[in-house]
Amino acid sequence: MSDGYVTPDGRTIGGKVLEMRNITLRFGGVVAIKDISFDIREGEIRAIIGPNGAGKSSMLNVINGFYHPQEGEILFHGEVRKPMKPFQIAQQGVARTFQNIALFKGMSTLDNIMTGRFTHMKTNIFSQMIWKGPAEREEQENREIVEKVIDFLEIQAIRKTPVGALPYGLQKRVELGRALAAQPKLLLLDEPMAGMNVEEKEDMSRFILDVNDEFGTTITLIEHDMGVVMDISDRVVVMDYGKKIGDGTPDEVRNNQDVIDAYLGVDHG
Amino acid sequence: MYDQLLYGIEAAINGLMTGVMYSLVALGFVLIFKASGIFNYAQGVMALFAALTLVGIQSGQVPFAHLINALFGTKVHHFGWTLPAVAAILLTIGVMILFAWLVERYLLKHLVNQEPIILFMATIGLAYFMEGVGDLMWGAEIKKIDLPIPQGINETIDSLTYDWFGYGFYIDNLDITASIIAIFLVISLTIFSQYSTTGRALRAVADDHQAALSVGISLRSIWVIVWGLAGFIALVAGVMWGAKSGVQSSLSLITLKALPVLMLGGFTSIPGAIIGGMIIGMGEKVFEFVVSSSWFGDAMGFTMNATENWFAYVLALIFLVFRPQGLFGEKIIERV
Repeated sequence: MSDGYVTPDGRTIGGKVLEMRNITLRFGGVVAIKDISFDIREGEIRAIIGPNGAGKSSMLNVINGFYHPQEGEILFHGEVRKPMKPFQIAQQGVARTFQNIALFKGMSTLDNIMTGRFTHMKTNIFSQMIWKGPAEREEQENREIVEKVIDFLEIQAIRKTPVGALPYGLQKRVELGRALAAQPKLLLLDEPMAGMNVEEKEDMSRFILDVNDEFGTTITLIEHDMGVVMDISDRVVVMDYGKKIGDGTPDEVRNNQDVIDAYLGVDHG
Repeated sequence: MYDQLLYGIEAAINGLMTGVMYSLVALGFVLIFKASGIFNYAQGVMALFAALTLVGIQSGQVPFAHLINALFGTKVHHFGWTLPAVAAILLTIGVMILFAWLVERYLLKHLVNQEPIILFMATIGLAYFMEGVGDLMWGAEIKKIDLPIPQGINETIDSLTYDWFGYGFYIDNLDITASIIAIFLVISLTIFSQYSTTGRALRAVADDHQAALSVGISLRSIWVIVWGLAGFIALVAGVMWGAKSGVQSSLSLITLKALPVLMLGGFTSIPGAIIGGMIIGMGEKVFEFVVSSSWFGDAMGFTMNATENWFAYVLALIFLVFRPQGLFGEKIIERV
């Protein structure tokens, strides 16, 4: 799989968007991630799974720059990435959602998703103060993209609602919308289905698949719920105690003895 | 009794407008507190510094003249020009933006993720440091704001109220100007924060730092913007208060007038700062008017004076007891 591959359902997967090489992350004496390598390819849905405390969220935080690994390198579009701040990584086209929903609770759905366009908005503060001209034009252009995202996620009804007042499932959807609005090169989803009921999970799975299908967005997601992950992802990394114990298609992973022992074994007694 | 009522109304109106002047200072606090959770004790000193800088630039003073003269044995004091008001104001705004950048670069940057109390202490340090720098730069003598701000009794209101009630109200033009400017400031700040990209980013940062970072907002540049805005508000407050009582180091004490306003209005609410200021200003004046009046004396057997010094705090304390988050502050509910 050096130069992409074709999925069973006929989608063509391209080159490496992101490559993690021998990443080790420590917090004091605790090793959260130990010597892990894997890659994420253009157009694929890549999952990272593992039991609680396996280091999945830490891995996502390394990718988006909240954590800086002590060892290893990260290649973004084939180039070694210097240690960067999260906002700089966002400017490079990496968007994310959070396990515990990190929306701007006092702001409306529309405003929240508009913040997702931040990296695309270039007018300076002074022309924003004048408003007429570039700033207004820019606002309108970006607003159109945001409205498309709102249509796509079927959340027109809650456009003006402060997101703090929305039910959990909808908040998750708004957060996805904010990340989508950035038109990211790489979309990171931290447990997008955590805490959802079956119906909400099905909705979310459908949105994830549609995003990937319609916009060709490369998606990396972390999930606890193995069933859903196996259904929607192209390739899966399995982590346990900070180590990588499996990597491959859902079928390969399912039949990997280490994975069965460490993950399924624990899960199903 | 009719006379007393009129005097009371006059006191209330004057109080209302003094209150708006308190709000001008409180506004700067709210901006910084919302965006970074820092209680900026230096806001009052920033007002003093901005006013000093404005006067200094306008009158063509050489900054650090005393220092330069002491070091090099020269005798420079003035460049020998006076700048037009607009140019001086623009330059002062520039200085306040530079100040904001310096604060971020050399202070806040090193204190990210520290406890709020540490940040608070840092702003106390900053306040006295700036007071010193202001002295050194522009000298310690009392200065006069030289801007075309209308001052003195408003004749129109005086004659109108005289026609209506037989008693002319004394309303100062300066207070009216300050109120109009304050209201204009609040409206433009609100519009800016509601509808512009940067405004949205400001609100985003105020709401959730991590999420703001994840959408590509640089906290550091937002802090520079917020401190710059607070510096601009400090300039407006400094000019208004300076026009009232001269530009001198006691100007920085307006911080203490803004505190009860914040306790009452809430630390995170811009309208709260305005309404809070009005309530405090009006309450102060009306209370003073009542307790120092002769009919109060007759009824109670005593009168009180100089209640302005403490009344605001007592009012704020009473509010705190019943509404700890302030009138408009967000209620903090801790989930267990």
